[in-house]
Amino acid sequence: MTNSSGAADHGPGSAPPAVEVHDVTIAYHRKPVLWDIDLLLPAGHLIGIVGPNGAGKTTLLKAILGLVPLASGRVEVFGRPLRSQRKRIGYVPQRETVDWDFPVSALDVVLMGRYGRLGWFRRPRQSDHRLSLDALNRVGMSDFADRQINQLSGGQQQRVFLARALAQDAELYFMDEPFAGVDAATESAIVEILKSMRRDGKTVIAVHHDLQTVADYFDRVVLLNMRVVAAGPTAEVFTRQRLQETYGGRLTLLEEAAEAVRLGRVT
Amino acid sequence: MSDQLIRLLTLQDTNTRIALLGASLLGMAAGTIGVFIVLRRRALMGDALAHASLPGVWLAFAVVGERDFLGLMTGAAIAGALGVLCVTFIRAQTRIKEDAAIGIVLSVFFAIGLCASRIVQTYGGGNSAGLDGFILGKAASMLWEDVAAIGVVAVVVLLSILALYKELSLLCFDREFAASQGWPVVLLDLYLMLLLVLCTVIGLPAVGVVLMAALLIIPPAAARFWTTRLATMLVLSAAIGLFAAAMGTAASSLDAHLSTGPTIVLAAATCFIISMLFAPRRGMVADVLRRKRLSRRVGMQNLLRTVYEHLEQTHDAGRAWTRTIFRIDDLLATRSWSAGQARRQISRARHEGLLLVVGDEYQLTSTGLEAASRVVRTHRLWELFLVEQAAIAPDHVDRDADQIEHVLPASIITSLEGRLMELGRLTRSGDVPSSPHRLGESAV
Repeated sequence: MTNSSGAADHGPGSAPPAVEVHDVTIAYHRKPVLWDIDLLLPAGHLIGIVGPNGAGKTTLLKAILGLVPLASGRVEVFGRPLRSQRKRIGYVPQRETVDWDFPVSALDVVLMGRYGRLGWFRRPRQSDHRLSLDALNRVGMSDFADRQINQLSGGQQQRVFLARALAQDAELYFMDEPFAGVDAATESAIVEILKSMRRDGKTVIAVHHDLQTVADYFDRVVLLNMRVVAAGPTAEVFTRQRLQETYGGRLTLLEEAAEAVRLGRVT
Repeated sequence: MSDQLIRLLTLQDTNTRIALLGASLLGMAAGTIGVFIVLRRRALMGDALAHASLPGVWLAFAVVGERDFLGLMTGAAIAGALGVLCVTFIRAQTRIKEDAAIGIVLSVFFAIGLCASRIVQTYGGGNSAGLDGFILGKAASMLWEDVAAIGVVAVVVLLSILALYKELSLLCFDREFAASQGWPVVLLDLYLMLLLVLCTVIGLPAVGVVLMAALLIIPPAAARFWTTRLATMLVLSAAIGLFAAAMGTAASSLDAHLSTGPTIVLAAATCFIISMLFAPRRGMVADVLRRKRLSRRVGMQNLLRTVYEHLEQTHDAGRAWTRTIFRIDDLLATRSWSAGQARRQISRARHEGLLLVVGDEYQLTSTGLEAASRVVRTHRLWELFLVEQAAIAPDHVDRDADQIEHVLPASIITSLEGRLMELGRLTRSGDVPSSPHRLGESAV
């Protein structure tokens, strides 16, 4: 359906899309979670994946990253199989997925972003330390480099995760709820970084749950509810009708009201 | 007894020397690999693995027909790995959760092992002497070849961790992120499991299947209290493992009927309890002291602020604040202190030279006034900042400010002053601003 609008941006001979998902179906314990997903996500955009709880947003992200097995279909990154493109990919998982009492400092965590490029057995070098400190600096956390990670607030932990992804020095970034449970200052700092990443030609694909900020943060959206309801430029796709389709009866009155205000501004 | 002790301390017995060397190497290897096992949350899996290896020991003995270390260890490793596979299978294929699956596999394999030992001892040939030590551990029954095998495994474990430090720490901290970078996480997990299996089976003769897991879990847990760095934790855990294994072995060698497993575990537990109580910063005693210090500081600051605010409202224009007399009732009117609490606080302030006491009348000293001004200034700066910046109704501010002002560092106070001067709420740096809300009941 709206995939065509994504494909339309790319005539033959132009750069390949950042991500191409073909007929992907994913099932847990024989119960399908995602059905027949077809997506073309063009490079150089901030792309939000939006949908209700249990819509399979995180699963879609993990499927593209090759972290969950596909029941069928295939995924390509920059026109090539994922396996050959790992070094061009950065990842910010959900903050709750790790143990923040782990005995490492903030800088140690950011250095992990360099591990993929280092390869087997090689230790981080001076240049990796410098890049990691730069990344911490970009997220405003350089004063906390030596802090043990359990002494950081939720927002600070999220910034460290973002810095780790920046240290990966990738072209395509996947972020799972980067704004979940962070303070307002951190949220706006992250938004600024996302926008500067777009200016540098990076692509960011982020799972997002706050409908009110979708239009402000992302120039493209994928509306997801076990299948792709719509995908394309935010102004075209993020409409009341599409949201109704995505959320069914679950779009509450409050969200609808907020949406009405928002849409008045966008269109 | 004292004879035995002297023989032990002077390492006269070859047996004791072998046992001590073997146990020390084992404790070091187990302490090191244990760090990653604990951080990867595989501690209980290690327990299941150890228990599950018992039937393998006896079946291997039935096949080989003698106490051949390599043969027995191979049997133990195969049975242990089978146990781990069973746990993984049950978890993946049924609705049973991992802890229950571990409980089932651990006890069933152990039961099979106990029955197998009876059957093999009754019907099998060969001399099975010393194999009963595999249940609770008998370091004294170790031979040179056992120690050599332990040494080889210890070297393999240490080299593996040196080489794969970066890979294993990434795996344990954030497996999915590691996978997204293309690391073969399943293989790394398997390798970690392999090291665990090796460490466990070589520990069986000395520590036994029942308590082997403790040697993997307790040293890392104790080491964690002393440090927040993984590399330091590895070194400490290895040292604690080595120390506990050596001490436990020495203790058990004093009594021929004492198994080594329990004494090693008790030695490790002693290290753990000492760490838990007395480690600086993360230990319980340090924690209690820290809390007590903070509550004293808060109590003192509250006293000074109460006195200041009382004097602010009642002092005569002509009279210096340090010459103004107040009584305990003046303070109790605004604070929910009992008279006893207030007196204790006052006597502390007097010891620190902040108050003068004459009968039941009190005066601030000049040091006391200075301290009180500083406390009130911080408090009001913070209150003002909350009112200006967060738009909170003034009468809701006091309580929040009460909580946080006691921990504000000087740098934040300076920047608060700067912000408030910009906003025109403060004329001069170092001034005590007026309170943004009406003061408590005592206000006239």
